[in-house]
Amino acid sequence: MSTDLGLPSIGGGLDLVPTTDAKQTAKDYTSDQEVRWCPGCGDYAVLAAVRQFLPTLGIKRENTVFVSGIGCSSRFPYYLNTYGMHSIHGRAPTIATGLAVSRPDLSVWVVTGDGDSLSIGGNHLIHALRRNVNLKILLFNNRIYGLTKGQYSPTSEVGKVTKSTPMGSLDHPFNPISLALGAEASFVGRALDSDRKGLTEVLGAAAAHRGSALVEIFQDCPIFNDGSFDLLRKPETKDQRLVPVRHGEPITFGPEDDTFAVVQRGFRLEVVKAADVDPVEIMVHDARNHELAFALSRLSDQDLNHTVTGIFRNVDRTTYDDAARAQVQQAKDNNPNADLQALLNGRDTWTIAG
Amino acid sequence: MTSNETAVTPSGGEHDVITKDRVVIRFAGDSGDGMQLTGDRFTSETATFGNDLSTLPNFPAEIRAPAGTLPGVSSFQLHFANYDILTPGDRPDVLVAMNPAALKANIGDLPHGAVLIVNTDEFTKRNLTKVGYEQSPLEDDSLADFQVHEVAMATLTRGALEETGLSKKDAERAKNMFALGLLSWMYHRPHEGTERFLREKFARRPELAEANILAFRAGHAYGETTEAFAVTYEVAPAKLEPGTYRQITGNTAMAYGLVAAGQTTGLPVFLGSYPITPASDILHELSKHKAFGVTTFQAEDEIAGVGAALGASFGGALGVTTTSGPGISLKSETIGLAVALELPLLVIDVQRGGPSTGLPTKTEQADLLQAMYGRNGEAPLPIIAPRSPGDCFHAAVEAAAISVRYRTPVIVLSDGALANGSEPWKVPDASTLESVDPEFATEPNAPDGSGEFWPYLRDSETLARPWAIPGTPGLEHRVGGLEKADGRGSISYDPDNHDRMVRLREAKIDGIEVPDLTVEDPSGEADVLVLGWGSTYGPIVAGARRVRNLGHKIATAHLRHLNPMPANLGEVLASYRTVLVPEMNLGQLALLLRGKYLVDAKSYTKVSGLPFKAEELQDVFLDYLTGTHPNTTGTSTDATAGTNGSGNGASLGVQA
Repeated sequence: MSTDLGLPSIGGGLDLVPTTDAKQTAKDYTSDQEVRWCPGCGDYAVLAAVRQFLPTLGIKRENTVFVSGIGCSSRFPYYLNTYGMHSIHGRAPTIATGLAVSRPDLSVWVVTGDGDSLSIGGNHLIHALRRNVNLKILLFNNRIYGLTKGQYSPTSEVGKVTKSTPMGSLDHPFNPISLALGAEASFVGRALDSDRKGLTEVLGAAAAHRGSALVEIFQDCPIFNDGSFDLLRKPETKDQRLVPVRHGEPITFGPEDDTFAVVQRGFRLEVVKAADVDPVEIMVHDARNHELAFALSRLSDQDLNHTVTGIFRNVDRTTYDDAARAQVQQAKDNNPNADLQALLNGRDTWTIAG
Repeated sequence: MTSNETAVTPSGGEHDVITKDRVVIRFAGDSGDGMQLTGDRFTSETATFGNDLSTLPNFPAEIRAPAGTLPGVSSFQLHFANYDILTPGDRPDVLVAMNPAALKANIGDLPHGAVLIVNTDEFTKRNLTKVGYEQSPLEDDSLADFQVHEVAMATLTRGALEETGLSKKDAERAKNMFALGLLSWMYHRPHEGTERFLREKFARRPELAEANILAFRAGHAYGETTEAFAVTYEVAPAKLEPGTYRQITGNTAMAYGLVAAGQTTGLPVFLGSYPITPASDILHELSKHKAFGVTTFQAEDEIAGVGAALGASFGGALGVTTTSGPGISLKSETIGLAVALELPLLVIDVQRGGPSTGLPTKTEQADLLQAMYGRNGEAPLPIIAPRSPGDCFHAAVEAAAISVRYRTPVIVLSDGALANGSEPWKVPDASTLESVDPEFATEPNAPDGSGEFWPYLRDSETLARPWAIPGTPGLEHRVGGLEKADGRGSISYDPDNHDRMVRLREAKIDGIEVPDLTVEDPSGEADVLVLGWGSTYGPIVAGARRVRNLGHKIATAHLRHLNPMPANLGEVLASYRTVLVPEMNLGQLALLLRGKYLVDAKSYTKVSGLPFKAEELQDVFLDYLTGTHPNTTGTSTDATAGTNGSGNGASLGVQA
């Protein structure tokens, strides 16, 4: 049996969060804690981008909460002068879910890594995305376990030689974007840690989105997986591999004199030389198209061939937390004089006289 | 038993009426026969009538075990009386057996002379063979000890419903209501409540409501008009403490206690839970009470349930999680985080048989040590155990008060017998429940005048830390599972600081104010103290009453607060020659007492999945009182050596 939920309308991600006109700066969002990541760690770039980005939202700092799990990236909340919780391994989405459901006036962010969210916390990640709780999940993907000193992760490429896999890792990695899309995520984006502009653009769209947003951030671990994304950074390779997408625009990339384009061939997408195809054949990105988003996520394999960045998917769907609060409100409206004594008495009481 | 009155029924039959002080009835049938519903309805009628009562539902974990088999037998036992009773009763005076399996599974519990009402329609050769009867027990003399009434319940029900146009199969399904009608007649139970219940239950299928009511009335009329039943029984209303009463199960009382806790603390209640037997009914019940500002979240697993509850607490709600069995293991890590975060969190553990999946529908008290110690590191937290179904309400309210006042997770240890068992409950006056101010932090508190907020600066009296919820300007702070610096709350790996923080957390819990233990010792001269906790309250007190009636002196006391324990406990323990601790585990409280108080506590243990019987404890108490128990000088004993009798290898102690 199912019932018409009379679902609330969708708004923006920050609609119920109190705003401020006071000028805020990155410094306001910087805590007094000394940052303790390794020199050269990609987390520094992300932290700097987030500290720059948060003041632009115009919301009250005290209404911002960062929840993390365990791992190098999960130290993130300590370095932001917002409310924060450094929780336990893999469980940050569960804590953030309870917080977001009970507090619509908060902007709730989850910071997690590839081990935290895709290994020990895989179950919570997919369910948070499926429910569409108004959370923003930043998945720092460095394809290695850093804090435990260098074991392969669920995004490591097959054959990875690490301390725990001296003969090479055996298991096939997750594609986090495909996984999120398969888990019915309403917002999925990806950015490179060093691409401040691209990262900020995705973060902004994620914050504005009402519902769960997964943002995968490629990030280097200089100690245990150095240079893992060099193909996407080095001038001689990045133009052929990075495929930035933007809703409503044709998907083309590469140097101006040697542009590539994404076209549909049968049920899949292919990369061709733009000059070789009729411009009408070039795929125009549509972030509302689930199938297209999935096909784009399949362009890049573990070899980082044709890696899409930007916003894969951005659709409106009623959020779990809005719906849960609406049910509570509806129950209150239907029973405005809910009386504890009447509840305790129930319907059948008897009295024993003194 | 005396016949002191004769009632003449309008239909012409004459039935003697026998007055009794107390009766134990057991309904037993196949899982699909609706025995739990039948028992529930008889209980409601009995409660409305004003008897004191106590119930024991006993059913298999399978929703529908193969029909007609022994593993598929489901039963519901009800004890009701004209005085205050404490247990669901030891041996049934009346057994209603809906099929051969139900007869076979339960006949061993019947005392000589008991009334046995058998649904003969199910006594076919095939059904008899299924449970190993070579010959029908109705046709040999194996039931000669009992007053057997053979009633073709399915046939009679079908006949009564002939006019309704229901199929034969559908009509026969109402036979449990026929049985209920018959027993309601025998015990002079009111039946308006059941008819109203059926009309509401089948509101969408009025034809089924009418069919069930017809079957119910047919059972009643059958008793009244046939000559088969010579007597009916009366059990006068009980003289309980004055007040307004209702019938309640432990799970319902727990859910109401959580709703009430939202009111007493002024906090929105947030339940994060994953369905698990026998705790799910708390989730079901709470999900009906959103009008009280209760949010219920069915999580993807046990871990997410407690995680979401803790997240809600961080945001200023009263976070609650409910679970049982393996669920409490899965939640351990998050409960440890709550200990480190020092935030309110209620963990309701409805204990069931373990280890692992164990016995999902049976009761046990074997999670005590896990509640005390089942987390990594030194992670103390308060533990409260209700002693009866209705007491679950008060346990939940008290747990919330402690949790909010001391900023700590609290574990409430209920169990399967409390959860599904029911009793008359004196409805509390909601206006008298004590309220607790959560006292959220609103201002910076740094003692150095820096204007900073120190999240781990403790209240000097309670040692509780401030609860500053997101949205409070100027108090932005970070908490987490890493060790914090005393006061300031930043990450600290300092050895002395860790030692201090571990001791502070322990001192905070040890310092929680709990009332002194009260001892029940009418003579004031007992030298044997029986100390229990949780759901063993009923059988312990009932057993003690029995031995006192035999002229012996015995003291009883019941621990509601397992951590911290009452301040006078050590003194109480030291003042008795013998301290006996009956538990439905292998001696967990006894171990704690021996360790903490250096007292030579004796254990009496049983883990059969069923509550202690009053008779069983009476025998154990007598052995200790008369010094004949071989274990009066040993350390522990177990039930398999005593009344259960069936165990052999399990009995490692001295044979009783």
